[in-house]
Amino acid sequence: MMLRRTIETRGPPAAEVAGMATPAWRVIVFVLGIVVLATIPFVLKNFYIFQITLAVIYAIAILGLNLLTGFNGQFSLGHSAFYAIGAYTAAIMMDGFDISYIWTLPAAAMVCFVFGFLFGLPALRLENIYLALATFALAIAIPQVLKSSLVEHWTGGVQGISIIKPDAPFGLPLNSDQWLYVYTILVAVVMYVGAHNLVKSRTGRALIAIRDHPIAASAMGINVSLYKSLTFGVSALYTGVAGALGALAISFVAPDSFTFQLAVALFVGLVVGGVASISGTLFGGLFVLFVPNIAEHFSKGLAGAVYGVILLLVIYLMPTGAAGLVRLIVSRLVQQGRASGR
Amino acid sequence: MSAPAAVAIEVPRAAARAMTAAPLIDVRDVCVRFGGIVALDCVSFTLPERELLGLIGPNGAGKTTLFNCFSRLYTPVSGDILFEGQSILSRPPHRIADIGIGRTFQNLALFRTMSVLDNVRVGSHPLGRSDFLSNALKLPWTVREEKSLADIAWELIDFLDLGEVAHRRVADLPFGMQKRVELARALAARPKLLLLDEPAGGLNHTEIHGLGELIRRIRDERRVTILLVEHHMSMVMSICDKVVALDFGKKIAEGTPAEVQRNEDVILAYLGTTKK
Repeated sequence: MMLRRTIETRGPPAAEVAGMATPAWRVIVFVLGIVVLATIPFVLKNFYIFQITLAVIYAIAILGLNLLTGFNGQFSLGHSAFYAIGAYTAAIMMDGFDISYIWTLPAAAMVCFVFGFLFGLPALRLENIYLALATFALAIAIPQVLKSSLVEHWTGGVQGISIIKPDAPFGLPLNSDQWLYVYTILVAVVMYVGAHNLVKSRTGRALIAIRDHPIAASAMGINVSLYKSLTFGVSALYTGVAGALGALAISFVAPDSFTFQLAVALFVGLVVGGVASISGTLFGGLFVLFVPNIAEHFSKGLAGAVYGVILLLVIYLMPTGAAGLVRLIVSRLVQQGRASGR
Repeated sequence: MSAPAAVAIEVPRAAARAMTAAPLIDVRDVCVRFGGIVALDCVSFTLPERELLGLIGPNGAGKTTLFNCFSRLYTPVSGDILFEGQSILSRPPHRIADIGIGRTFQNLALFRTMSVLDNVRVGSHPLGRSDFLSNALKLPWTVREEKSLADIAWELIDFLDLGEVAHRRVADLPFGMQKRVELARALAARPKLLLLDEPAGGLNHTEIHGLGELIRRIRDERRVTILLVEHHMSMVMSICDKVVALDFGKKIAEGTPAEVQRNEDVILAYLGTTKK
């Protein structure tokens, strides 16, 4: 009798549970999210508003990396380069050419898309760890290129470029930190909706098909090389837009802000948020920004070690990232609800 | 002048076949070499529309090699493969599905993390025109395109009796079901020619019987020409219109199942050369 009960209460498989449970809990999460996002600029101090803005910016950059690695199966340890190119595009436009900050994002998007697409073409010949190595080289090269005397006139060399934080338009009663927060959220919404649409479409299925089985994908009529390089471009576009937003938020760019460490941070955010998860990247952004600070809070001298321990614990406790953990909890809750309802 | 055409519709299939000039596929003296090894040695055969041709031969005879020439994974050193009178050898691998050639793989090549529905929808990729930008913006015409691709997928899911598992990940399904998913995926681009690479491999007796029925139904109801590579002799002999036998890359026999079964070279290839 006991045995039969356990079998009966096991319920339908996880995919089906998630599918049925989606509407109710998604709506609750969505409404809660809007309420929290809307109250943040009015209840928190400027410094925290600034930090959350930065976390969202990192999340957009991680989303770009996730489109490439999580959905299309191409590794990159060089996304700091695209972040840097986006940031410098914005800074040079504002400082050197006096162009409004509004135009810096589309420009950074275009520049990074083209750069990412062109980098993606030769990268087509490289698989997995070799691609990781090639992108690593990009991450190493970019800060030095930015410092070089050839482009110093535009990039400001080691000094970098200072820019002025934009004020709120239309006389809105917001200070510049509050406005930048609102602006970042608006951009993030557009970027996330776009990524969500893309992943759930014919193109998105093609990306995942290439990741799962490139030969079969090709036999299904998918132009694997074209899709892979376009994905590289789109991924760079996302990370470049994040870079441009980051330049506005910090109102300063310098070569040493965009080292290999940033690339690794984005990679960490991708893994702890959840590979091939769109909403997980938000957790990734928060993790990348706040966990190093928390680690430093525990011990100044051993901050790196504490960070490492936290990272190990997180990966041990949620091997499929935050998104995987949430999915697991929801499906457990739904099953329990059904079991007690019976 | 229109009278003969009207008559042509009435004549039996065999005669009609003789009247249509070009067969659907025409394999002409195809040779494939890997280093010093000759994988295919001047193989030729034709396949008229809506026939079911079985390609048999012992392991290593070159059957899958020929399939991979169709899929453009290999390029013959000489010879040509014509599809509807046009050579396919100048086309890249991803431009084969859109002229109407679909295939399944010997050891399953499904998109393992995707659902059954999504696998089948990937199969209909050549029928869509959307791209990164239009999909990210969810333009109205892409929504309509998604709807029509989903309709095609659902019709095939029903045809292959996969409705119960449509939203499950394919990796979680039993082997026989995964084979049906591959069939659905291969049919999703509405191919004129279907290449089946050992569809019976790994299936049990009852499943093989059902598969034979299914392949015939695909040919008859969906009007698809089928090239079947198969080891399972009784299935090949019971469902095929014509059989081509290969051994060590050479064609050793061609004819009706009964003819090929009686052919001495075929018997020799399968049973060994103890006679000599």
